Amino acid sequence: MGTEQDGALTRRALLRAGAAGALGITAGGGASAIVGAPAAQARGPQVARGGREHVHSLGTGGGDVDTSRFDPSVFLEQFDWGEISTLPDGGVLRTYRITALDRSIEVAPGVHFEAWTYNGSVPGPTLRCTEGDRLLVEFSNAGSHPHTIHFHGVHPADMDGVFEIVEPGDSFTYEFDAKPAGVQLYHCHAVPLKRHVHKGLYGAFIIDPRGTKLTPAREMVMVMNGFDTNYDGENEIYAVNSVAFHYQRNPIRIRTGELVRLYLINMTEFDLINSFHLHGNFFKYWRTGTRPEHYDYTDNVMLCQGERGVMEFTFEHTGLFMFHAHQSEFAELGWMGLFDVSEDPVA
Amino acid sequence: MPEPIRTPSGADGREVGPVASGRLPLWLRGLLPLVLLVALFALFLFTGPLGVLRAAFPPVEELTIERIEFPQSGRIRVHVVNGGPEPVTVSQVMVDEAYWNFTIAGESTLDRLDDVTIDVLYPWVHGEPIAIGLVSSSGLTFTHEVSVATESPRADVRYLSTFALLGIYVGVIPVFLGLLWLPFLRGIAHHWTDFFLSLTMGLLVFLGVDALAEAVQMSGAVASAFQGIGLVTLGVIGAPLLIEGVGRLGRRAPTASEEISSAVTRRAEALRIATLIAVGIGLHNLGEGLAIGSAYAAGELALGSALVVGFLLHNTTEGIGIVAPLARQPARIALLVGLGALAGVPTILGAWMGGLSYSPVTTVLFLAIGAGAVLQVVFAIGRLLSRRVGPQGERGAWLVRPLNAAGLIAGLTIMYVTGLWVAV
Repeated sequence: MGTEQDGALTRRALLRAGAAGALGITAGGGASAIVGAPAAQARGPQVARGGREHVHSLGTGGGDVDTSRFDPSVFLEQFDWGEISTLPDGGVLRTYRITALDRSIEVAPGVHFEAWTYNGSVPGPTLRCTEGDRLLVEFSNAGSHPHTIHFHGVHPADMDGVFEIVEPGDSFTYEFDAKPAGVQLYHCHAVPLKRHVHKGLYGAFIIDPRGTKLTPAREMVMVMNGFDTNYDGENEIYAVNSVAFHYQRNPIRIRTGELVRLYLINMTEFDLINSFHLHGNFFKYWRTGTRPEHYDYTDNVMLCQGERGVMEFTFEHTGLFMFHAHQSEFAELGWMGLFDVSEDPVA
Repeated sequence: MPEPIRTPSGADGREVGPVASGRLPLWLRGLLPLVLLVALFALFLFTGPLGVLRAAFPPVEELTIERIEFPQSGRIRVHVVNGGPEPVTVSQVMVDEAYWNFTIAGESTLDRLDDVTIDVLYPWVHGEPIAIGLVSSSGLTFTHEVSVATESPRADVRYLSTFALLGIYVGVIPVFLGLLWLPFLRGIAHHWTDFFLSLTMGLLVFLGVDALAEAVQMSGAVASAFQGIGLVTLGVIGAPLLIEGVGRLGRRAPTASEEISSAVTRRAEALRIATLIAVGIGLHNLGEGLAIGSAYAAGELALGSALVVGFLLHNTTEGIGIVAPLARQPARIALLVGLGALAGVPTILGAWMGGLSYSPVTTVLFLAIGAGAVLQVVFAIGRLLSRRVGPQGERGAWLVRPLNAAGLIAGLTIMYVTGLWVAV
């Protein structure tokens, strides 16, 4: 994760971005005039302003999703910091309340999935805390099946959410200290495991490092997932944050020079791996986010189920830039999105 | 001894059943159960016991993709029918496991038996397989695979003439060639005529069973609401009864002695059977043309010369079948041409239908009708043969007379061997 030093670099990069952005407009304008050119590459910045229907024609299926109950655009930058209180020893106590609920969710325009959820959404809320905080997670099961919450992290065996099965109507409180710092996750560990995971019981769990100040950035959470809507043991829908092509229909607006910190988690069931590829840019990538001094510089990462990482990038050029699984199959089944980079100066 | 039980009689002497229906007129007696049925149906609808029955089950959705057309490059048209009990909403369309934009001509929610066409702009690749998947609102998928994507035939001069030519090759020419055996059949002895009639039976049994098997196989592609096997049953049994019934309209059933003695009756009977055979083979060829046309349209059939030659051989035998009953009867050329056309021309019509508006429902029905019609002809020839008197004056057991049995086996064998060129 970036420190203030990286911030200085990005500000220098910002100066270059102005000129490059202007070039981007002309180049993009020329390319978009080519009929039948590969859609994503042919798109110039002005297309983003003018033609939403052009974005649709990328092959995202028809229609739109009702986002009144769950909006991936909101979820993207939403963190649950818990209810904060002070312990007798002066430490921080964070209390989270999570309820397992059966919910029908819309995973693609018009396609509904009978999900099992934490707090009614898939993924569940993104829990956020600082290393060393005392955490209380009050879990109640209002679903139709026994569930648990299994947190990735360092904690006692009886707080592991494996043997403490919470029957429907029952509740359980997990209590442990947040460590280590990094991007962790939580998910149900009741059996059959495969079903409890693919039905939607998972979420991000971010532990900020103690004593180190992260560079201010636009922070986003993307949980890569899939849905086996016809229960044949294969996913019909792939996405980040559950809704196929959501960020393609609703591109994520960022600005040139703006530092983006993305927490990426793979919770895709049935497939061995998933991946993340960013267009027109490279990013720094910290595997699990646990060792700040070791990062990769790439535009493509591959993750197994349960694997996660933190990435940081800054766009030099304006325009629409894709991000998607670099398994074309996943991409075309919903795991595709766009960053809409504009020139407005960083506030 | 007790009194014999008497059936009570009405005043007019008509018998009255055990349940006294009083003065109810006959039509009302017939209608009463129907009225009660409608009342029960209404009761169910308004008080909702159906809802109670339904509540416990997840939705049973079934969509059937009946046909996939490739009208031009970059465009796919999907014909869909809802053959299931519940309404189904088409929410997404997958082409080769990728979501694609689509337009539906009409409502995206299909009630039972509703059909709809879906257009997809997709750069399909000529000669490669392609799979279309529909995703319903509940996430169920319905997939149909085309083994070879190729531009669908249009009703233009080129297509119509190609298939007219094919129909002529496959249906008309072979039948007429077969008719040319008439002078030969006239020259041979009676028992050899019977041999050729038996041979015809063999050919037709083979054709009928083949068509029936194909109809049963195809019935799997029919949306379940249209009951593929029901269609097969209807076609196979309905067609022969209809042909036989129409053939007998206005004809007085001859007595047994008349049938054997009267030369006029015998001539009429021979003509009738020849016509029946021509109609039966015609209906069969309609089904065959349908199958060829649809296979061509689906890119599954290359019209290679081997196949055309195979059909030529295969179908020439059909002509023998038509003229065999006429071997002992005078027949004008015009009549023979008429019979040949009746048997052969439907191949062209079938090919046009199959190529331009293929549907599993019509294909299964026509194949079954063809099978039934052909099997009906088998019975007609059997009846004809059963009246023949054997060389030693014996009657009956015509089928197992050595020469006739040999003929039948020869017929089956010819079909099998010529089929080696045709069977896919």
